[in-house]
Amino acid sequence: MTGKNVWVASFAAAVVIAIVLQLAGSPSVAANDQSSAANAEVKIDNFSFGPQTVTVPVGATVTWTNRDDIPHTVVSTDGLFNSKVRDTDEKFSYTFAKAGTYPYYCSVHPKMTGKVVVQ
Amino acid sequence: MPNKKQDLIDQKLQDLNNDGVDRRGFLKCMAWAGTGLVWTLSGGIPVSRAFAKNYGKDAGKGGDFSFVQISDSHIGFNKPANPDVTATLETAINKINAMPHKPDFIIHTGDLSQLSKPSEFDTLDQASKGASAKQIYFVPGEHDMLTDNGEQYLQRYGKGTKGTGWYSFDHKGAHFVGLVNVANLKAGGMGSLGHGQLEWLEDDLKGRPASTPIVLFAHIPLWTIYPDWGWGTDDSEQALSYVKRFGSVTVLNGHIHQIMQKVEGKVSFHTAMSTAFPQPAPGTAPSAGPMKVPADQLQRVLGITDVNYVVSGRSLAIVDSPLGA
Repeated sequence: MTGKNVWVASFAAAVVIAIVLQLAGSPSVAANDQSSAANAEVKIDNFSFGPQTVTVPVGATVTWTNRDDIPHTVVSTDGLFNSKVRDTDEKFSYTFAKAGTYPYYCSVHPKMTGKVVVQ
Repeated sequence: MPNKKQDLIDQKLQDLNNDGVDRRGFLKCMAWAGTGLVWTLSGGIPVSRAFAKNYGKDAGKGGDFSFVQISDSHIGFNKPANPDVTATLETAINKINAMPHKPDFIIHTGDLSQLSKPSEFDTLDQASKGASAKQIYFVPGEHDMLTDNGEQYLQRYGKGTKGTGWYSFDHKGAHFVGLVNVANLKAGGMGSLGHGQLEWLEDDLKGRPASTPIVLFAHIPLWTIYPDWGWGTDDSEQALSYVKRFGSVTVLNGHIHQIMQKVEGKVSFHTAMSTAFPQPAPGTAPSAGPMKVPADQLQRVLGITDVNYVVSGRSLAIVDSPLGA
């Protein structure tokens, strides 16, 4: 490959990247990006929720994954959601439709508490 | 018994005697012990031995009767800490059957199952049938009430019980009370007995002579061992206030998968080993999760070190001695 061809290839690549970036800037793509970034993951490790507090926008889905060798639950203190028992590697998701603060705990090990803040 | 260990016990007793609390004695020992404990009620004073201990000279001496406590079978658990919890439960039952001093009954202090599944309870029932002691008294652990508010447990083991499964019975002059402190747990709290059960307990004990030996058993410890891990019961103080007037009170718990003991006044507290897997000593690990030990040491942490309670003078003394290598 000659030096000129390399330059042409680089230029072409730059154009492609520019187009992609432009697409990413369009409203529809931006909305997708925003919602996927807004969803949150909470890991259950060593009898604790991590992070203990997650802040998400209205409409976001929070997914909990139990990574302990012991079953846990994710139960809203206000009775809004109840994961039922989640064994090792099992997940639970809940989509928050309204703004507010949602404290929750593990009903099996109630010292385990966490909070979802929906803004 | 190694002198070091005795020194440590003496030192602990000394430390605790200086804490300004009026106690006959205070014992604390955390040693991996038998998969169950044998209790002998002798003149109202319960004496326990790890059940694998050879009774030898003590066999048949003095005790009016004995029973065995096993705990935390976690049938259904299959993680590395013990891939075959059914086998270790069967080992525990075989050891009970091999005892020269036959226990009148067995008490299981909860977490029969891992996930409250019917198949897990079936397996426990099948293994229990192998026990020569036919009567087994149960209380539920939190693992037995994971679904349907414990309906599955209550249908199988809670016949004739009150509320979420509490009850009492008399045996040869002693009064036994099985309590449930794993139901309706509150966010941020520990174990809980609840108002209804406490009222029932007060009523159950009312009118009984103070000389009646009382045995309370429940899954989560009825004394606060380690709040950070939820190892205690929020309203146990009230329950214990009802037994203060009795001359001999023994409190048997499980949940923490290790032996701990305390004597406060006339009340002796004990927690039992698991038949399934060990858990770490309080605060020595990031969490209370199952503790993995090398496979060739599992039997050792479940069943080899032996703990005896020996009445000596004004306070109890504890001797722990390994049964073998």
